[in-house]
Amino acid sequence: MSRVRTGAEPATEGPPVRVLVLWSPDWPVTAAARAEGVPSHQPAAVVVANRVLACSATARAHGVRRGLRRREAQARCPELAVLGRDPERDARLFEPVVVAVEELAPGVEVVRPGLVALPARGPAGFFGGELGAAERLVDQVAARTGVECQVGVADGLFAAVLAARRGVAVEAGATPAFLAAMDVDELDREPEVDRSELVGLLRRLGLRSLGAFGSLDAADVASRFGADAVLAHRLARGLDPRPPVRRCPPEELAVELELDPPVDRVDAAAFAARGLAERLHGVLAGHGLSCTRLGVAATTEQGEELLRIWRCAEPLTPSGTVDRVRWQLDAWLTRGGSGAVVRMRLTPEETVTAGALQLGLWGEVGVADERAGRALVRTQALLGPGGVVTAVLTGGRDPAERVRLVAWGDARGTLDGMSDERAGPMSGEPAPQESGPVDDPAPRAGRAGGGSGPGRAREPGPGVAQPPSPPAGPMRRNARRGTRRTTPVRTARPGLLSPPPAWPGRLPAPSPASVLPEPQSAVLLDAAGRPVGLRASDLLATAPERLDVADGPSGTVVGWAGPWPVQQRWWVPGAVGTARLQVVLDDGAAVLLVAARGRWWLTAVYD
Amino acid sequence: MAEVARADAASRLEMARGLLRRVERPARLDPARVAPTPGDDGKVLPVAAALARVLPAGGLRRGATVAVGAAPGATSLLFALLAEASASGAWAGVVGRPDLGALAAAEAGIRLDRLALVPEPGRDLVAVVAALVDGLDLVAVAGHERAGVRAADRQRLAARARQRGTVLIALGSWPGADLELSCTRPFWEGLVGGGAGRLRTRRAGVRVRGRGIAPGGREATLLLPGPVGAPEPAAVDTAPAPVRVAAV
Repeated sequence: MSRVRTGAEPATEGPPVRVLVLWSPDWPVTAAARAEGVPSHQPAAVVVANRVLACSATARAHGVRRGLRRREAQARCPELAVLGRDPERDARLFEPVVVAVEELAPGVEVVRPGLVALPARGPAGFFGGELGAAERLVDQVAARTGVECQVGVADGLFAAVLAARRGVAVEAGATPAFLAAMDVDELDREPEVDRSELVGLLRRLGLRSLGAFGSLDAADVASRFGADAVLAHRLARGLDPRPPVRRCPPEELAVELELDPPVDRVDAAAFAARGLAERLHGVLAGHGLSCTRLGVAATTEQGEELLRIWRCAEPLTPSGTVDRVRWQLDAWLTRGGSGAVVRMRLTPEETVTAGALQLGLWGEVGVADERAGRALVRTQALLGPGGVVTAVLTGGRDPAERVRLVAWGDARGTLDGMSDERAGPMSGEPAPQESGPVDDPAPRAGRAGGGSGPGRAREPGPGVAQPPSPPAGPMRRNARRGTRRTTPVRTARPGLLSPPPAWPGRLPAPSPASVLPEPQSAVLLDAAGRPVGLRASDLLATAPERLDVADGPSGTVVGWAGPWPVQQRWWVPGAVGTARLQVVLDDGAAVLLVAARGRWWLTAVYD
Repeated sequence: MAEVARADAASRLEMARGLLRRVERPARLDPARVAPTPGDDGKVLPVAAALARVLPAGGLRRGATVAVGAAPGATSLLFALLAEASASGAWAGVVGRPDLGALAAAEAGIRLDRLALVPEPGRDLVAVVAALVDGLDLVAVAGHERAGVRAADRQRLAARARQRGTVLIALGSWPGADLELSCTRPFWEGLVGGGAGRLRTRRAGVRVRGRGIAPGGREATLLLPGPVGAPEPAAVDTAPAPVRVAAV
């Protein structure tokens, strides 16, 4: 019959889609009653702004109607359970229904909580007819969720919804006829759209049925009633304003972590959170998403569920995620009383398309560094900030002097290098004084001839020793810190930079691999068993024969080199000149001894 | 029919194999491809060339546990193990060595900005090592014997290192280590006698035992440290017997 009219539409329209609608009557009431634990036989109504928004069938039987004042509704039905409105709860409780439907039929579109639409073709073909499919769906939803619902099938969503309200299946092509008999009030059934004015107007114009409204010319409707009326006109004629949009099942983006053993320390929890945050960001990156709202959930030993949503303006970076998780866990754990955390879950509550932030083409740019940094920070959390250190090379003459330990994370680069070199000319001494005391008239033949003392092995002779050169600020900053100074042999471009401070008299490479934090007292004996003393600052009184160090390298001396006098900080009161001696023992061990305050000290081991 | 089809399939398979062999042959002749190139796939961390010759994989296999025997030269051997990987960007950590000579480490070629030191782990040694194993590429641990690390902890740490692809190096004994390295016959060169000269290089044998190596172990002679601090292969592979050079 009205096939003719649909055929008269522009060719672009295509045949109307068969839509199956599953409708649960009075869903707001059903959901509220379920959430509040109101038994289904008790009349219930959801009231908004003192007016009944929806009521259960039992309440309707007692005369409660939509739009009634609360007091009037309670007067008609004294045992009426008055419930509040909560669209989120409605949606949440409806999700199981959607899932149950999805198990049987794909492409489900949730029109609103309580109403889902799906293309009828698939299930109808699979279950042998629309009626069979409808039956299966109703059974499935009832069995899975205990929710009663009705099914309607028609051409187009609007007609299908009306059919679902009546629980009928409209034959293919019979939809316009089915609609034509309907009252125009049906146009105003959607809670989101208020068409009461249009419906009232149509009624006053004498257009009481959808068929009468639909028989108007579309151009006339558009010119007289406005855009919304055009939509309503299309609905009344059984045309779809739009085809159903298939609902894509939401991807599981949340990540979860079981903590075994339970974690009751913030740092440990935060450490675990790091891995979790990385996983989350891996999942998000896989979908090309970034997270702008993050749900942090934790389960404690006592079964308490803690959840907090963090919203942020910028998409979260992994470290930002970790920060938030850490803050949250900090708050929960320090509040106390809830025990250790046994499970953590991060849910991206809101995502946006990932921006331009991409990993490097070859993957791991900076990833390893980040990983290492986290491990070290974690260690610092265990031991305190000073527990993890990194070495910075500075100027100096002794192996111990030339290394400065800075806590991990502190600035190690330009600043220390600068300050140390600045300090050089002030705290370091002019070099000529260092190279030997003025009253050292008779250098030993071996030393003078061989030039083999550490102080002279690489440095210019005593007469031409340079004072530490002043620092060259900007260039030093560019130089790779430390290495240039320690291994001057390797300096590749000596011409480009002003030479690093010379520190004449320092020990040349190779340096001892072990440098004792505190010098250890050592006993150096000669063949006669007497302690070996210094005749002059660069002359041993007797040849050493045996070295004894408590809990240290001890044994027969098979070779030695030195002693080399070290005269520095002569202007400091109480400073004494020292001498260094390299000693090789019979087991192959080599040590560095320093003579000071009348005895020998073990300062380093060539391990 | 089936017979014919099978024969046909067999001949085609034979032909495919022949082709494959021909493709493979030049590759096999090329010795550079046969030897595993350390650091190529990221599974093996490179070590100094002198050491690479004696290590079974040509480097430190990620996830392996290596014990460096306590003997004179052990710390230099540790530096030699760390240096090449550190120079190529790996992160290293040393736990429990308050007396580590960072200067010598730098001379050996270790990048100090990628070397984390935990001098005094105290009672938390196992926890610290576990945390570092999670993030660093090479973790050296010392003093575990003094700290009383139990066998179960050792196994746990080794398993963690294996899982994370971190090389765990123990200074001292570590039963169950994949590789055991030790310094033998250390001999310092550079002393002339009578107090003249200075320590210049140490010639030492490095003995490797463990998985992937014949029971007798392998040995190489290295300059450990070399003249500038970095390990170098010794020019002559036979070290002179240590002689008493002192003479007055």
